[in-house]
Amino acid sequence: MVTAIQSKLTSPSLEVARKALDEVVDPEIPVLTIADIGILRDVRLTSEGELEVVITPTYSGCPAMNVIAFEIEVALARAGIDTFRLTNQLSPAWTTDWLTDVAREKMRAYGIAPPVEASTSKRTLFAADAARCPRCGSERTERVSEFGSSACKAQYRCEACKEPFDYFKCI
Amino acid sequence: MEWSPKDHFEYLVRLADTNLVLGHRMSEWLGEAPVIEEELALANIGLDLIGQARSLYARAIAVNPDGRDEDDLVFLRDTHEYRNFLLVERENGDFAVTMVRQALYSIFAHLQWEGLTRSADTELAAIASKAVKESAYHVRHSCEWLIRLGDGTGESHERTQKAVDDLWFYTGEMFASDDIERAAIAAGVGVDPAALKPQWDETVSECFAQATLERPADGWMIDGGREGRHTEHLGHLLAEMQFLQRAYPGQKW
Repeated sequence: MVTAIQSKLTSPSLEVARKALDEVVDPEIPVLTIADIGILRDVRLTSEGELEVVITPTYSGCPAMNVIAFEIEVALARAGIDTFRLTNQLSPAWTTDWLTDVAREKMRAYGIAPPVEASTSKRTLFAADAARCPRCGSERTERVSEFGSSACKAQYRCEACKEPFDYFKCI
Repeated sequence: MEWSPKDHFEYLVRLADTNLVLGHRMSEWLGEAPVIEEELALANIGLDLIGQARSLYARAIAVNPDGRDEDDLVFLRDTHEYRNFLLVERENGDFAVTMVRQALYSIFAHLQWEGLTRSADTELAAIASKAVKESAYHVRHSCEWLIRLGDGTGESHERTQKAVDDLWFYTGEMFASDDIERAAIAAGVGVDPAALKPQWDETVSECFAQATLERPADGWMIDGGREGRHTEHLGHLLAEMQFLQRAYPGQKW
């Protein structure tokens, strides 16, 4: 802890902050950083020279946001930064469309089927996304429930390899 | 038409209260749902609704700061200060009642959120942009249940039809307006609920047709939620939800 106090910065360096925040992962999908997933919107200095970290929620009631805010605080503290402003920015609203191909592939390799279609789809009644099994790649999958272990996931089952899997819902 | 920060606050708190109360009703199903998948679904829907409510309370406080925070609004207001629709405070009853209530509200909420994405209040528009997608899942989930139950066994059909008949006269309130709403519409902040009715009717009819449920005739409709005149059910809900803050004021997690 002594080292942390000694290295405490009076005016935090953006580069140090960004590097520290690169290590913060989503608690529900620990292979993706909050930057990969698009939760981390900006890291900047305010006109008063204060470090500002801007985040946006995925789902309105996502309980992971509290954990993420805490993880950000810890990561910055480890890098010697103990004063910063955390801003929760709602606009533009987060969408699965922001997930990069790299992020989608990391998600798939972790065992979660990435969202299949653009979230702008108008369909509301009577349809299920055709998710591809993240294990065997089969398209013969069946939706078990549109709600899963976290706000962002649905439960699916693969008809080919018979394994159940999580599907990251389009939003 | 006059439009003050206080009116803006009131408009947002109405939206928030309805989502909060229904979200709390969902939480009452925890440990009671018939299967684990449904347990998760109800918890997630509740989480979405409470999350939407929190964003709305935060926005309401930002436009009209009066010294209260989100927790004060939720835990320290009494029944007559709540502004939610009467429909959502109705007790969970059996699973048919819960799902019919959900479908009737979610179909409305989805249309309302869609309209609010174009609100002149850009923060409200941002909340709506997310909520409109979440509510689409709620519509789909509840309508699929209505079909399963309505077009299921004789018993499930009978109970679901009874739930529809019992809840129908609470639906009119959603489409009514008062001065606050008319001012919100004039200011470009709110959406006119009456304009949502044709699309609501269409979706409800489509769902009911597949579910072999009969749509009741539009008769006399009850209201009062926006003025704080509630049914006896809300007091019991608040008693449980607010107990801790009332008994131990200011306690934090």
